[in-house]
Parts: sequence; structure tokens; C-alpha cells
Amino acid sequence: MEKQVLRFKVNGDEYEVFIHPKTLLAEVIRDHLGLTGTKRGCETVSCGACTVNVNGFSVKSCSVLAIQCQDMEVTTVEGLEQHGKLSPIQRSFLDHGSYQCGFCTPGMLMSATAFLNEAKNPTKDQIKESIEGNICRCTGYNSIVRAIEAVTQGKYKEE
Amino acid sequence: MINDFHYLKPASVKEALAMYAEHDDCKVICGGQSLLIVMRQGMVAPEYLLDIKGLKELNYIRFDEKDGLRIGATTTHREIEKSDVIGKRYPVLVAMEEKLASIQTRNWGTIGGNLAHADPAGDPGPVLIALKAEIKFGSSNGEKTVPLDEFFVDYFETQMEHGDLVLEVHIPTPAPKFGCAYQKFNLLDSEMGIVAAAASVTLNADGTCADARVVLGNAGPTPLRVTKIEDLLKGKKLDDKLFAEAGKIASEEAQPVADIHASEEHRRHVLGVLTKRMLKKAFEQAQKA
Repeated sequence: MEKQVLRFKVNGDEYEVFIHPKTLLAEVIRDHLGLTGTKRGCETVSCGACTVNVNGFSVKSCSVLAIQCQDMEVTTVEGLEQHGKLSPIQRSFLDHGSYQCGFCTPGMLMSATAFLNEAKNPTKDQIKESIEGNICRCTGYNSIVRAIEAVTQGKYKEE
Repeated sequence: MINDFHYLKPASVKEALAMYAEHDDCKVICGGQSLLIVMRQGMVAPEYLLDIKGLKELNYIRFDEKDGLRIGATTTHREIEKSDVIGKRYPVLVAMEEKLASIQTRNWGTIGGNLAHADPAGDPGPVLIALKAEIKFGSSNGEKTVPLDEFFVDYFETQMEHGDLVLEVHIPTPAPKFGCAYQKFNLLDSEMGIVAAAASVTLNADGTCADARVVLGNAGPTPLRVTKIEDLLKGKKLDDKLFAEAGKIASEEAQPVADIHASEEHRRHVLGVLTKRMLKKAFEQAQKA
């Protein structure tokens, strides 16, 4: 079947890739661009490990056709760091020990990033809901919620 | 493994309908949050895939006091959830969307895709039927609008024929004394409902029931509108005894299957409880309206 040209931006860089239309966004990100921070977990829209942000909205890249991201801007976990500096939520994750095995972390960070961009003074329940689509099989949810909460409280404002 | 397919990317609805009519073994993808799962499992393996996600013509939420609410097919679940006018006039829709799958799925999945997929466990179906919605679909041969409860005909099957696209969902303006409530029963918030019930109540000026609807989710091949309950409640002054009786009817009328999540008996029981509770909630809302 004919390959298609996908032109899109990933973490600010412009890419042009030739893909079969059935290629999933997670496959393009990992296999074509070599950005392996994004994880493939359940591959059935359940676990959220593959979460990336498309035009600022979190999506599960295992269940999005890459070709549908034509001309869009994708951010993966690699794009959170700017000029060698970790983003507020990344620093907060470090400080709060919000990792155990780390497999869910990229997805958690992307869901949290999308949430922090739009939430104003969220409640703890809203913070919990913001990661409803992400499963941590180590069940380390509390430290993740604390890390997001710390950012919403302004503890990681850019100097 | 997803089968190879030819990718069709129309620039307009007109072009989409022409392409669809032209290709026999063709499936439509919008957000693909349901379709890609069954494609990966090999259950659906079309030769052509028609991508309507980018059709801005069908991406809208319009409200008019007289006409009601019109939602275009490619509108995402998240757009519905975040819509001010829907939150104000149809809060039950927002409450339903907030519990529909996960944020990521709602960000990409669309209302048209959800309804066309016709999963009896889907959340929008029962709520929209309780809100008396109708759905517009069409092909290159013309458009058709039908009540949503008639749209669903069987498991994953609708009235639509090859070449038909979902175009719009229309919900009338609620009557002055109207209430509508929905709840699904599941173990995790973002999961599909093991069973679900939506109920709406419209009251007359004297407080008697002018109209009521109960629609059960995942309780049969399609969202199940229980007209026996409507007949029971219409014209009466509603009370807990009637709600309990309605719950009993819902348990009897439901056609649930047993699976790993729950037995048939358990499902019938929960459907009865949910029906009773949702009717009461809708009734109380209507009283306050």
C-alpha cells in the first residue's frame, strides 16, 4: 500500500517521514524518530504509558494513526527539558520520588504537563482525575499526585 | 497487527461521501479510539480507510434556545465536556463525558465515531436517548434524521448502510421542568460500564409526570429504552414506590449477558438499583428546575 508523507513537528523540530498509513504515532516516535522515552505498554488504550501531547492535548499514541497528526505539533517526554533544564513537573517528580520502576513515568509526565497547562488552582481530586488514563503498576500514585500538587502550588516556578 | 489499507483523506464532507460510495470494502475512521482496537485484533480489516478526522465542517457545537443543541460528528468528547453552553443547559452530558474513558481518549475520540461504533456499553447512547436526541446521517444519495433509539439496531450495528456517515446529533431544548441523570456501574471510573442507566423526567405544572425515559446501557444488543416504565410513570405523581417499581421492571426487561465482569443476575439487580436512583435524581432535578 502506498506510503504517505507525514510532515509534523516533534519537540519543536520539523520532521518529514514516509510511513505506511497504518503506522501508529507511537511507532513513528519510537521506531522512525528514535525517541524511545515514549513507552508502548498495553497497546489497547488502557495503560497510558504511550501518552504524548498533540497540539497541547494528551493522547495515547498507541491508538492514534500517525498520519492523522499531519501538520500538528507533538511533544514527547524528551521535549519537556528545555535548554538543558528539566521542566517544573520533571523536577517535582525527582524531588518527590515519583518513580518506582519508571515505566509509567513518561506518560504520567505528559498527562501532568497537559493538565498543568490548563488547570487553575485544581483540587486534589482534579489532580487525581488528571492521571486517570495512566496506570502505575507499582501503584506509586500518591507520590505522583504530590508532585503534581507541588507544581500547582507554585513551588517550581521558573526563576 | 493492523492490516494494510489504502488511505483516503477527503477535504470536505462532499468528497468524503463520494469516496465512500466509490469504495466497497471501506471503513471510516475519525478518532479511531474504538476502531483501531478492533483493527489491531484483526476483527476489522478493510481495504480502504476513509479518514474524516480533519473535516472541520462537522466540528461544531451550536445551541439555539428554540432549536436546541446541535453537535457535529467530528466534535471530540473533550470539546463537549469543556463546552460552557452544554455545561449550563445539559449538565448530564458533561457529567457523562467526564467519566467516558480517559482524558487522552476524550481528547482524540469523537461523538460521531462513538455512536457509529454502536457499542452497547458506550456512554453517550443512553444519555442522548434520555435527552430525546436524534441523529443525522447521510450518503451521496441524501440525508436522513432518525430518533437515536431507532438508530441502534444490534450489537455494533446501526441503521446506516454502506456510504452513510454520521453528520450530527441534535438534542431538543429541555422542557422547563426537566431533569436527566446517568450513572454507570464499574470498578474504575474510566472503564466501560458493567451496566448503566440513564433516566429523564419531565413534569407538568401541577407536578405530575408529563414524560419519562429510562435507557439502560450494556443491558442488551443496543441501548435499551424501557417503554414499560414510561407507560407506568406518565400522568402520575411520582414517588419512591413508583421508582422502586420502575427498577423492578428495568431488571426484568434488561437482556444482559454474563461475562468475566458480572453475572447476568448481578447485572439485572444493579440495573434495577440504578434505574430507581437515576429516576429519583432526574425527578428531583425537574422539581427544582
